[in-house]
Amino acid sequence: MLKMPLKCLDALFLELSKEHQVFAPMEKAGSVSFFPWKEGDTVCLDTLLTDHSPKSFFFPQSETLYRARREEGSLSIVPEEAEEISSVYFGVRACDRRSFEILDRVFLSTPCDSCYESKRRNGYVVTLACENPEDTCFCQTFGIDPAWPGGDVSVWIADGDLYWKSLTEKGEALTELVEGLFEAGDHEKAEEEKAKIRKKLEALPLKDLSLGRFEHPDSAMDLFESEQWETLSDTCLGCGICTFLCPTCQCYDICDYDTGHEIRKFRCWDSCMYPGFTEMSHGNNRNSQMQRFRQRFMHKLVYFPENNGGVYSCVGCGRCLRKCPSSLNIVRVIKAIGESDAEGGNDE
Amino acid sequence: MHAIEETIKETCKKLWDDGEVNRILAWEKGLFDHDAAPALFRSRERISHLVYNEHCGGNLSKFLIKEMEKEGKVLVLLKPCDTYGFNQLLSENRINREKVYILGVPCGGMRDERGLLFKCLSCKGNDFKASDQIIESDLSVPAPVPSGEEEKLNKMTAEERFAFWRGQLSKCIRCNACRNVCPACSCIKCVFDNRDSGIETKANSDAFEENLFHIIRAFHVAGRCTDCGECSRVCPQNIPLYLLNRKMIEEMNERYGTYQAGENPEAKSPLTEFKESDPEISAEYGKGGVSSC
Repeated sequence: MLKMPLKCLDALFLELSKEHQVFAPMEKAGSVSFFPWKEGDTVCLDTLLTDHSPKSFFFPQSETLYRARREEGSLSIVPEEAEEISSVYFGVRACDRRSFEILDRVFLSTPCDSCYESKRRNGYVVTLACENPEDTCFCQTFGIDPAWPGGDVSVWIADGDLYWKSLTEKGEALTELVEGLFEAGDHEKAEEEKAKIRKKLEALPLKDLSLGRFEHPDSAMDLFESEQWETLSDTCLGCGICTFLCPTCQCYDICDYDTGHEIRKFRCWDSCMYPGFTEMSHGNNRNSQMQRFRQRFMHKLVYFPENNGGVYSCVGCGRCLRKCPSSLNIVRVIKAIGESDAEGGNDE
Repeated sequence: MHAIEETIKETCKKLWDDGEVNRILAWEKGLFDHDAAPALFRSRERISHLVYNEHCGGNLSKFLIKEMEKEGKVLVLLKPCDTYGFNQLLSENRINREKVYILGVPCGGMRDERGLLFKCLSCKGNDFKASDQIIESDLSVPAPVPSGEEEKLNKMTAEERFAFWRGQLSKCIRCNACRNVCPACSCIKCVFDNRDSGIETKANSDAFEENLFHIIRAFHVAGRCTDCGECSRVCPQNIPLYLLNRKMIEEMNERYGTYQAGENPEAKSPLTEFKESDPEISAEYGKGGVSSC
């Protein structure tokens, strides 16, 4: 455990940026998200959750895969070179850090997604413990500990000091770069901070949220037939807020962009909430908003865990709780369907 | 507020029992105290879960479009400001007046956990522009407080204004919430979702948002936008989209006289009606009708 005064944060970033591009939560036009840091920038470590989830570090909203061009009667196809830029992501929260593991299961399993893989391999994740978890947090439901956030390096802030604990080889490499700024830190102090955080977690309104019927895969397919899907989705706007802000949603579309000179093949995030999602020549396999709504939550809470050793595709970050214009978040789904009786109804 | 909620529930039950309506579009409790969720009540028993409080900020009118496909009349709770969006949908034949029962509900200003909603600062007043029945109360809407943002933008140079919008619109993630919530955006198939349109895209590219999506949308709803503020309320990136629409309204008011969309479903919007006294834009302002940019 190392420590340094928090007021020396700039020096830390400057040191890191000698070898890496440093990303940190910063405010831009009234919204806090991760942006590349440069000297003089103000970092918002008080912001619990960035508006954008950090999944875009490794899985950007749109990226070019290759370019195709007709030249003198022949067609040339030029794959987009993977950028090998090493980046430090500073201030990632425990829930968002866990989301990387979920994305890894999708993109790093065979066949490995090379665009994702190169960014992931070149990324160093420095997590920050959640000093002030909020009412919308429910990461504990998924066994995540915001007091011990993991990553390559974990950082705690206590009494004006920053505590630094390296956890992986990558973390060690970062530590070597910045060691000069640190002194030996009191292990006890960080433990105190963890205890403080855990106490705050006990007071959160969703601390006891359980997945109910979503926890028992044998009965889970029955959930598909629940009448609650219809009731819940009646007021779904069909927008993509939940999908795009969600750190674990990983569906994308692959499209062509005709620049007039060449065809640019790109992929971009897609939302299962959109009517055109996975549209095929015969039409669409999910024609109503109810079906689309059901798909999103069944995927997160039933299909994904079934295919991934019981790991749910939700980390309890609470972005959908904060931002859904119709308050149709995953917790309401869990409560309405997970907690209902097996016949599909509950007292509502 | 609690007494109002009880009166609403009793009124709903009575209308249900009288066979007047068979569904109710209202709110139920969300997860938190500051959180009311729009909901369609499909059974009389569920009416006991209906809530009406200072967190019912959204406009339920847009949900009525889907309800038009169903049998019977739907009851909808509308606040005074919501009736403008309702009238707009009505005037565009997106809803059938015969299939809706409007229960006007009083409003004292709506709030989220941060305080009074931004859209309430430009409140249109206590009058319902459409209703079948109104719940009486001594509640009164908050007095309008001009944000001053429009003036600030007007005073900017074209370069400053461009930089402002670049900064704001580059935050856009193309979630389409502004469009989906908008009572003036009710096309069955949006041009941006239509593969054959040539401008359909799901990618968020700076060039697209800044030059096309929001600008085209602002033009498309010009003369039909009621300035309800729902687009800005739902934007997960806090983009002040209302400023684009207000600029359109300001320009139209200046040229064609003051017009409030949604005030009267029979009225003709300045852009769909021709009068001989209409200004000849290109003669007056030059090519493109640009006055001050």
